[in-house]
Amino acid sequence: MRFLLLFSRQGRLRLQKWYTAISEREKKKIIREMTTMVLARQPRTCNFIQWKDLKIVYKRYASLYFCLGVEHEENELLALEIIHRYVELLDKYFGNVCELDIIFNFEKAYFILDEFLMGGEIQETSKQIVNRAIESSDMLQETMEEYMSKPAF
Amino acid sequence: MPAVSKGDGMRGLAVFISDIRNCKSKEAEVKRINKELANIRSKFKGDKALDGYSKKKYVCKLLFIFLLGHDIDFGHMEAVNLLSSNKYTEKQIGYLFISVLVNSNSELIRLINNAIKNDLASRNPTFMNLALHCIANVGSREMAEAFASDIPRILVAGDTMDSVKQSAALCLLRLNRTSPDLVPMGEWTARVVHLLNDQHLGVVTAATSLITTLAQKSPDDFKTSVSLAVARLSRIVTSASIDLQDYTYYFVAAPWLSVKLLRLLQCYPPPEDASLRSRLTECLETILNKAQEPPKSKKVQHSNAKNAVLFEAIALIIHHDSEPNLLVRACNQLGQFLQHRETNLRYLALESMCTLASSEFSHEAVKTHIETVISALKTERDVSVRQRAVDLLYAMCDRSNSKQIVAEMLSYLETADYSIREEIVLKVAILAEKYAVDYTWYVDTILNLIRIAGDYVSEEVWYRVIQIVINRDDVQGYAAKTVFEALQAPACHENLVKVGGYILGEFGNLIAGDPRSSPLVQFNLLHSKFHLCSVPTRALLLSAYIKFINLFPEVKGTIQDVLRSDSQLRNADVELQQRAVEYLRLSCIASTDILATVLEEMPPFPERESSILAKLKKKKGSSKLPDMDDSRKNVNGNTEHAEDAEVASKTPQFLLEELISTDRPHPSSSATMLPTRTMVPSHTFTDNLNVNSAPSSGASLLVDVFSDFSSAAPTESSDEHFPRFVCKNNGVIYENQLLQIGLKSEYRQNLGRMYVFYGNKTSTQFQSFSTSVSSNDVLCSQLNVQEKPVDPLIEAGAQVQQILNIECVSDFSDTPVLNIQFRYGGTLQNIAVKLPVMLNKFFQPTEMMSQDFFQRWKQLGAPQQEVQKIFKAKNQMDTDVTKAKLLGFGVALLDGVDPNPANFVGAGIIHTKTTQVGCLLRLEPNAQAQMYRLTLRTSKESVSQRLCELLSEQF
Repeated sequence: MRFLLLFSRQGRLRLQKWYTAISEREKKKIIREMTTMVLARQPRTCNFIQWKDLKIVYKRYASLYFCLGVEHEENELLALEIIHRYVELLDKYFGNVCELDIIFNFEKAYFILDEFLMGGEIQETSKQIVNRAIESSDMLQETMEEYMSKPAF
Repeated sequence: MPAVSKGDGMRGLAVFISDIRNCKSKEAEVKRINKELANIRSKFKGDKALDGYSKKKYVCKLLFIFLLGHDIDFGHMEAVNLLSSNKYTEKQIGYLFISVLVNSNSELIRLINNAIKNDLASRNPTFMNLALHCIANVGSREMAEAFASDIPRILVAGDTMDSVKQSAALCLLRLNRTSPDLVPMGEWTARVVHLLNDQHLGVVTAATSLITTLAQKSPDDFKTSVSLAVARLSRIVTSASIDLQDYTYYFVAAPWLSVKLLRLLQCYPPPEDASLRSRLTECLETILNKAQEPPKSKKVQHSNAKNAVLFEAIALIIHHDSEPNLLVRACNQLGQFLQHRETNLRYLALESMCTLASSEFSHEAVKTHIETVISALKTERDVSVRQRAVDLLYAMCDRSNSKQIVAEMLSYLETADYSIREEIVLKVAILAEKYAVDYTWYVDTILNLIRIAGDYVSEEVWYRVIQIVINRDDVQGYAAKTVFEALQAPACHENLVKVGGYILGEFGNLIAGDPRSSPLVQFNLLHSKFHLCSVPTRALLLSAYIKFINLFPEVKGTIQDVLRSDSQLRNADVELQQRAVEYLRLSCIASTDILATVLEEMPPFPERESSILAKLKKKKGSSKLPDMDDSRKNVNGNTEHAEDAEVASKTPQFLLEELISTDRPHPSSSATMLPTRTMVPSHTFTDNLNVNSAPSSGASLLVDVFSDFSSAAPTESSDEHFPRFVCKNNGVIYENQLLQIGLKSEYRQNLGRMYVFYGNKTSTQFQSFSTSVSSNDVLCSQLNVQEKPVDPLIEAGAQVQQILNIECVSDFSDTPVLNIQFRYGGTLQNIAVKLPVMLNKFFQPTEMMSQDFFQRWKQLGAPQQEVQKIFKAKNQMDTDVTKAKLLGFGVALLDGVDPNPANFVGAGIIHTKTTQVGCLLRLEPNAQAQMYRLTLRTSKESVSQRLCELLSEQF
């Protein structure tokens, strides 16, 4: 997998994860192309697009589009299920996840993704294990929340 | 879920994010962000040491700002500081910042590496995972250098936690992709393979990914993984759906792992061990069977996961390409999907069938779905699905259905999406050529293409139709008649005018007998289009007119009047003006004989790979278009399909014609013979007359007028072209953005002459152009190359010629180098090109009787006189092509000498100044093994050696 993008129906980017080293300029270009291309798709078309040497696999969940760029030999259907599994994990963590959760807790969205995918490959496919890992890192965090009482600024 | 974790850890961040969201305009947002950046900068610079919490909060804000798309140029140091915090949250944010915003600042990388090193050594699995993630995310060379040797150790250590093993495997995979040279193979590789047996399925999944990547690069090191993978796969596919607990995804057992195992197996040929092989076949059959079972759930996740495994299994079946039964079952399964209500499945089935079409076992089965695919082309709502349908039709096309498929594609073209029109045009052009039984159909098809989608017909396509018409005299009359009729249309595409002008200029005489297409009618028809055309087309028409003067003396006066008119003679375009002046002059002063020689019919084009095919390949990039090359590369045998493709793409009879008809010295072949696109302005006609008058006959003059060096073969580096010149004398030897170098050469006994054409492809003059030929010390005494002076200026778009005289003193095996130097836009350019002067160029073919041959063969029986080489065929083994190559190599082919008619026997004499060396050769193809055995016997050891080296690279 080369990249994962989350953007809204209005084309606002909510999360980006790149699994190969590319320049910031190139990233911005890809983001622009992906949002215009995916948002222009008609309903009930297929979820795969051939784009340059990559396959783009995308799916819409409520107001958010999840968009993956995968290598040619990758399995498209499982790529769709990677998206679904990520949505399930977000759902479990935030409890019925919505776009706002991801905006305000973007760092969490990244952490959850990192428990699940690494270097563009799936790391752990068991939902229980990933959830346990996320919980335990939250527990670690909780014990360290001595700052809680500190002022915000 | 602990309530505390919902981001309220950093209230300041939440406030900032909602501020940004409340901004009414982009300007307001930028203003708010700049205010925040200033605030953070002052905090970071302030005297008061920041506590960890504040640091974390500000770093997180910077990250947020960056992700909004703004540049961040500070804060890296604070993030690095967070890495060494002993508080998990701070560390985590620090790592996140580094992963997203890595900076190649080497000082920083050193600090980051230090922090990672500490975390890797901490034995705290959470910290280790963070560190491994960071390495995988950044993946830079510095990191690979620092950690590539530690990670394998962590991966295979007995006491490593499962989750760390998974991270380590994937981290190593990533480093292997970015810096493979830094990841050392070692004794750990064997232990990694055994992770396939691990209890923990998550570990197995990660390890399978790693092993697949490594096995693609060095399959031999990971061979043992095949049996383990088959065993694992077998256990998964036969397990009840609940056995694998949480690794079951919507009632499908471990789909990710199954797919990865199937991918790993695609790195290898089918297992040789019979029991292993049958176990794998069972697995694949089970997967195919499951596809027929009723679904265990109505959820799309269930069907996606199940079908993902199925498609991967089919990919493996196609990769093995050895079990006809499985291939046909796969094809039937895909056939069902072609009509599935899920668009995704229809798309994937079309895509997957494309590869099935190239297998000899399933090609016929794929063809049975032609009607469904055609209806997909007509009815699918989604352009990407229609595109796949076009690809599949292209892949399933063969002689039996080519007419239907080409007709369907043509009719689809009328309404096709603009984005895919050009590609369809290329495909139609290729299929029409490849499967043309009678070339009238081919001509009709291409003219239809131009009519329907003229704007999408690239130059390659119309060049090609002209090449084919020129090379096939059975279709020339028909082509002339057809273009004449097509040109009658009141509005026709400019591409049609180009093709029409060219073909009537060459073959208009074939239809001139009919009063409806008398010479004058033809001319008036062409000239009626003249004013609507662009300059290059007008230039082409002018050339057609001068050809008319030769073909039809009766219209000479009319054409001269046209050429003489002010709109031509005083045309503002220098190229048109020059042509008008020169052609007019030529028609006035040249005698009929000279005119006939100068304007003789075009000689056949040297056969080359279809430029259309090259274009299609370029257009498709690396995608899996099943074109000729792909099917040829198919490891598991050549299909009937592939042979067809080969025959059609190379059309060997042309090759043969070209080589046979041009006994040395080559009178009429030329370096590049693509028809004109834009003429080279300062390459004047009269120049040609002077320069070429000595060695070549008139025919090649015209070739030069019509040729355009800048439009030929795709750019490659000089060495790639070099081997092609072993068996031929003319062509493009070098091309880059600026310069194209073409060669024509001819040899007689130990002497040779080479014409080098330097074409300036740019719109700027080349200055201080100079060349020199250098040879190493040994070669200097064996081969003399003397250069004639070359013009130091090459105008924009112009071409200059240089002559090299060559003398072979004694046999040689090195290569002279042509060094070119010139100034282009102020910078000095240096180019070195290997000159294709090889020993075999000095061959004189010798015919002899079978008896003589064997007598001499025996005489040359000393061990040092014979050199033999056995090698694998690099190209399709085709008798005609091989013959043509041997003739091009320079020997005479002796028929009826070898008892085995499949073998080739040849004889010739190498002429050098000092001696002559008689050479006999024998080439024995073995079609079954796809191998050749080449034997050379000559009276001189070094000659045998060199000739063998040169020739064995050609097949």
